[in-house]
Amino acid sequence: MSLLTHKHLLGLADYSEADITTILDTAERMKEILERPVPKVPTLRGVTVVNLFMESSTRTRVSFELAEKRLSADTLNFAVSSSSLSKGETLLDTALNIEAMKIDVVVMRHKSPGSPHFLARHLDSIIINAGDGCHEHPTQALLDMMTLRQKFGALKGLRVCLVGDISHSRVALSNIIGLKTMGAQVTVCGPATLIPRGIERLGVQVTHSLDEAIQRCDALNVLRLQLERQEAGLFPSLREYHQYFGLTRRRLEKAPAPLTILHPGPMNRGVEITSDVADSEHSVILQQVTNGVAVRMAVLYLLAGAKMPSTEMKV
Amino acid sequence: MRKYANFDEPARARNLVLQGVRAVDPERNLDQVLDLHIRDGMLSVAPKEIPADADVLDLRGHIVTPGWFDLHVHLREPGGEVAETILSGCQAAMNGGFTGVACMPNTEPPLDDAGRVRWVMEKAAPLPVDLHVVAAATRGREGRQLVEMSELVELGVRAFSDDGKPIADTAVLRHALEYANMLGARIFEHADDPDLSVGGAMNEGEWSTRLGLPGIPAVSETLDVLRCILVARYAGAAVHICHVSTKESVEWIRWAKQQGIRVTAEVCPHHLLLTEERCREFDTDFKMNPPLRSEEDRQTCLKGLADGTLDAYCTDHAPHAWEAKAQEFDVAPFGVVGLETALGLAFTHLVGRHLDLKAMIERVVYAPRRILSQPLPAIATGEPANLTIIDPEGSWTVRPDEFRSKSRNTPFKGWELTGRARGIVNRGFAVIKEV
Repeated sequence: MSLLTHKHLLGLADYSEADITTILDTAERMKEILERPVPKVPTLRGVTVVNLFMESSTRTRVSFELAEKRLSADTLNFAVSSSSLSKGETLLDTALNIEAMKIDVVVMRHKSPGSPHFLARHLDSIIINAGDGCHEHPTQALLDMMTLRQKFGALKGLRVCLVGDISHSRVALSNIIGLKTMGAQVTVCGPATLIPRGIERLGVQVTHSLDEAIQRCDALNVLRLQLERQEAGLFPSLREYHQYFGLTRRRLEKAPAPLTILHPGPMNRGVEITSDVADSEHSVILQQVTNGVAVRMAVLYLLAGAKMPSTEMKV
Repeated sequence: MRKYANFDEPARARNLVLQGVRAVDPERNLDQVLDLHIRDGMLSVAPKEIPADADVLDLRGHIVTPGWFDLHVHLREPGGEVAETILSGCQAAMNGGFTGVACMPNTEPPLDDAGRVRWVMEKAAPLPVDLHVVAAATRGREGRQLVEMSELVELGVRAFSDDGKPIADTAVLRHALEYANMLGARIFEHADDPDLSVGGAMNEGEWSTRLGLPGIPAVSETLDVLRCILVARYAGAAVHICHVSTKESVEWIRWAKQQGIRVTAEVCPHHLLLTEERCREFDTDFKMNPPLRSEEDRQTCLKGLADGTLDAYCTDHAPHAWEAKAQEFDVAPFGVVGLETALGLAFTHLVGRHLDLKAMIERVVYAPRRILSQPLPAIATGEPANLTIIDPEGSWTVRPDEFRSKSRNTPFKGWELTGRARGIVNRGFAVIKEV
């Protein structure tokens, strides 16, 4: 039994406006807990959460782990380096073995799109997607939306532009899906080689001009550029990328009104964003990180909290 | 007659009557309800009297056609016996109504020399299924050096392919086409541009974007189809395009045929009946290569099958062990099984809707054998009995657990079909299921 209409959080693709609103509202209450002198509640006492991270990640794992600890869950970190995957065991066998140890929730990061969906078909545990390849990263999009909602009050009608490598970005896809569900207008901006085919079918505008995008949006979410995309021949050089798609103060000054700047991190300063933008008063990048813990607490509580009949969230 | 329902030790067709069947043989202009008598594997059509000692099977309401032939299967032996063997694959063929199959050489090791090809032929020799081995076009399927084609043609090989991947080097492709053509054999090309499709897991488009999966663009197939057509024309050789899946491939093949270029092509049930959005649950039973394409591609393939642009209806039967498919979508291997569903799918969704029975027989009985320069089976007195027995009204549900194949990876699980293979007669054997 979950307080949402879903058992798992595999992605935002099937989440309704009501479910997303429930998560964001709950996250605001979780944020209050984080601001207390003792930022910890017993809500998930007795719930065991496994952080199954099969692709390197620092901030997302740390954020989940902190969220779990703030809710008093028992946590276990299972990283790829210490796993048996390197011994040729399949993902399914690994997951079944972990589940056989009587756990409740699996938070999974994996390089393969759909791997959380795959686990959800074979396991009884609650699955939370912490990033599956180039597919979805739902908690990142939720924390981005939480941050935007704090800034603008509502998401409906908000004009958001995602800038950078849309093709390989799970942050972009989850943001597009979530923001569209919440009634926002979404534009994607990047070089043609980094815009995936058929993206307009998701209801977004496409532009290859950052200056043009800046003219007609309220917030810019600047994506991290994976430097290996250059080696794959998807753009000529970091220098050219920065010149045409890098967010600089000079570019931003041409906006009709100050724009709010988001970045999922980690940043390549001087490539997709310059320091004077990243550290400016319009940047909400660190606020995103704080909200990340609150959103993950909310998701854990809403999916796993109702598992324990005696527990109630004490706020 | 229980003794004929034996897949493991098939009964001899020594003195057997198929009573009251509708026999359809378009080459002989035969479409008539009659009795067929088989004595020691040889046919007698509408015999004046039925011998008193004959086994008589009442098959009223059934259709009998010359034996169906699947031009493209993978039997996995040697090397992949966990997923399929020559025996289990041939039993799947029998269960699916096929009296012949052409098996691809991408085994481990690959079938790239006479010793290995002969080994496979000998394993299949005692079975009721005609097994035609497609040999590798290049040694080790590495796309560099031609295999010893002359010796293989002497063994009976009529087709060479590096299937699973294309012959990417165009000079090698040219030489393979020229050399095979000299021998009266044909190159089967798995059409793909490996640079364009590298790393891909499904068709590139809206759905690959929604699912975050790396895409295989339609143009990567079409480009190679066009390359094969043009090089075949230049070389004056014949070329066969495997498992066509894109609209533009069909259009270029149609154009090439109009130009008199010697190109043939095949199409699979999954490309005729399914589209890319089936991948939405990340179910690896919908992962194959070429991938499921768009609705427009599917419709064009259906038209191509109907008008004969696509010569052959085949399955690309690609068995994989459960554990191989029970993996992440991008990690799991490509391929689906098809031998035991192709006939039911054809009768439910193709025959009578997109083409008539006569045309279907052309695509699945004659064209595959013509492409392989094999004799055509006939329903005529004095001919060896090579027959497929079909219950056109038989309703059934696709249950992978009931397959004779060792593998279960079908995208048609749970489908309700009307029309099923009842049995086959071939090579002196009869395998006919009880109802």
